[in-house]
Amino acid sequence: MTAPTTGLTAPPELVQLLTPEGERIEHPDYHIDLTAEEVRSLYRDLVLVRRIDLEAVALQRQGELGLWASLLGQEAAQVGSGRALTGVDMAFPTYREHGVAWCRGVDPINLLGLFRGVNHGGWDPYEHNFHLYSIVIGTQTLHAVGYAMGIQRDGAEAASIVYFGDGATSQGDVNESFIWASVFNAPVVFFCQNNQWAISEPLEKQSRIPLYKRASGFGFPGVRVDGNDVFACLAVTRKALADARAGQGPTMVEAFTYRMGAHTTSDDPTRYRVADELEAWKLKDPIERVKAYLFRRELADQEFFDKVEAEADLLGKELRRACLALPDPSPEALFEHVYAEPHALMAEEREQYLSYLAGFER
Amino acid sequence: MTVLTLAKALNEGLRAAMDADPKVLVMGEDVGKLGGVFRVTDGLQKDFGEDRVIDTPLAESGIIGTAIGLALRGYRPVCEIQFDGFVFPAADQIITQLAKMPLRSLGKLKLPVVVRIPCGGGIGAVEHHSESPEAYFTHTGGLRVVACSNPVDAYTMIQDAVRCDDPIVFFEPKRRYWDKADVELDAPGLPLDKAKVVRTGSDVTLLAYGPMVKTCLESAAAAEEDGRSVEVIDLRSLSPLDMEVIAASVNRTGRCVVVHEAPVFTGLGGELAARISEACFYRLESPVLRVGGFSTPYPPSRLEDHYLPDLDRVLDAVDRVLAY
Ligand SMILES: Cc1ncc(C[n+]2csc(CCOP(=O)(O)OP(=O)(O)O)c2C)c(N)n1
Ligand SMILES: [Mg+2]
Repeated sequence: MTAPTTGLTAPPELVQLLTPEGERIEHPDYHIDLTAEEVRSLYRDLVLVRRIDLEAVALQRQGELGLWASLLGQEAAQVGSGRALTGVDMAFPTYREHGVAWCRGVDPINLLGLFRGVNHGGWDPYEHNFHLYSIVIGTQTLHAVGYAMGIQRDGAEAASIVYFGDGATSQGDVNESFIWASVFNAPVVFFCQNNQWAISEPLEKQSRIPLYKRASGFGFPGVRVDGNDVFACLAVTRKALADARAGQGPTMVEAFTYRMGAHTTSDDPTRYRVADELEAWKLKDPIERVKAYLFRRELADQEFFDKVEAEADLLGKELRRACLALPDPSPEALFEHVYAEPHALMAEEREQYLSYLAGFER
Repeated sequence: MTVLTLAKALNEGLRAAMDADPKVLVMGEDVGKLGGVFRVTDGLQKDFGEDRVIDTPLAESGIIGTAIGLALRGYRPVCEIQFDGFVFPAADQIITQLAKMPLRSLGKLKLPVVVRIPCGGGIGAVEHHSESPEAYFTHTGGLRVVACSNPVDAYTMIQDAVRCDDPIVFFEPKRRYWDKADVELDAPGLPLDKAKVVRTGSDVTLLAYGPMVKTCLESAAAAEEDGRSVEVIDLRSLSPLDMEVIAASVNRTGRCVVVHEAPVFTGLGGELAARISEACFYRLESPVLRVGGFSTPYPPSRLEDHYLPDLDRVLDAVDRVLAY
């Protein structure tokens, strides 16, 4: 009674501009012209983002974070799409978008604060046009569509982009967001990172067709891009955003990628997936192919790679230092920011609890 | 006698329920190969197959809605909601459909659906993984609501819940999943709607359920050292309440403190306090006090020790009721 795995065996109609071997190829619909400096800059992003992630995993292992959701393997999808955004566009992430956060200029220490448990996020979403992380699966897709409807009503030339996973596509909220976006022709890009797994459930538990094909049923275009190809992710997202800003409505981008690590640091993937799968995907690593391309075209020398490596080391060290220095919130913080206006019950509970605590000092 | 963790006791209980009745199904996110994120369904898919232990798409409304359909067709689905904070996408199916359909059919339809929810905090988790949403459900007529607190009860309560013809929201204290106890696998359990006196005492009655039962037992032990005799009742059933056991105890002690992790404001403690004031008015020596969470969203984990009732806060309330 289990559905055949058509979603996985269908030919991967991928938009690809850079092969896993680092060879530049052309695509009839998507062009990209990057200067050597731009490619080096993307490479740097990829390396630094991976380093942030590795450092966070290590910090969790050492008990400094409660949890971490690793983006390992998804760097190109996040950096490619993140760098396609302009300052006026608004991004709505899940809990794994550390690479997009990086592109938006959110200091990674903010992400660690959430996973350490000192706050629920706490960065200013308006400062970076990067919304708070969403842990409830799929909920943010509706927010992104509503935000896009606001952009539309403002007559602004901007778009919103919303990130979600393959598993999230099953949620009612996500399907409702597709309908709203379509009906209102909202300037939104649905960026689905299909990393093949929703915790222990493979894609065929969510869909019998490739995810990007869902879009056509809702009345807007869908495209599948090689999620490990940063050039293609950049080109495809740029076009989708440009279309949205130009009044052509939503696009769904399915970034076909792989969650190379565990779902989170609490997860044990050996219980449900075979090691061969990971080995196969390692050959499609999103960073290695850019490095190969830079070498092949002689766009960077060893000194450049060493410099990026050194910068990553420094970033990791600095992040660790900042994490260990994060102060625990004071108990008063419990009652702050719950309401924008004075609230009698908050005042009462705050006063009662603080005087209870004061009793211990006497 | 077998030593089981609470999670394993639920697992054994589910296994027994599935063995006893081929109509019993288990469904939810990651319940199959993974055995659930807390391993409560570990090994069940291997032994009962994918048609009886179903890894569902990632959609809680879908889980409960299809469970209702399966129940209409004669099945007895046990649904796992992965974490307390993720039951809300299913709230519509639970509240407008599951709770009301039997009445709407004038009793012709039975919906023996169990909604299992790991609940409560204390595990250092991120947002939405530490909540205590029981009052939303006790406030909904048509649902039975229960909470287990230990491996012995967990083993029989889950089987009784599966056998019950009413829809049941079944809370499991996630921070106690790894607590161990000797479980007698053939011993009959207390009926599902009965409360249990888990420690006898004569000065104060503590009412608790789920994760707070252990906290209250520890508090009672500490109070004893100060010469105070504290009775602890594990409610087990949150809707309906076993008022007989509760009132008998408070009529003896004359003092009562209700402890839950959920916010005090409009929480279950309010209902208990009102009922006790009606049932025990002439015996009460003090107002019924409540210890619980604040009326804030559940805080980031570095603050949860402040939010959650602990031994000190329970003892403080015991002191205060005794001071009257
Ligand atoms: C509404 C809701 N249900 C369940 C969960 C628990 N949960 C967290 S992540 C996850 C899987 C998500 O898979 P996917 O959408 O593919 O994103 P990925 O984690 O692979 O990036 C689940 C079931 C949740 N966070 N929210
Ligand atoms: Mg996924």
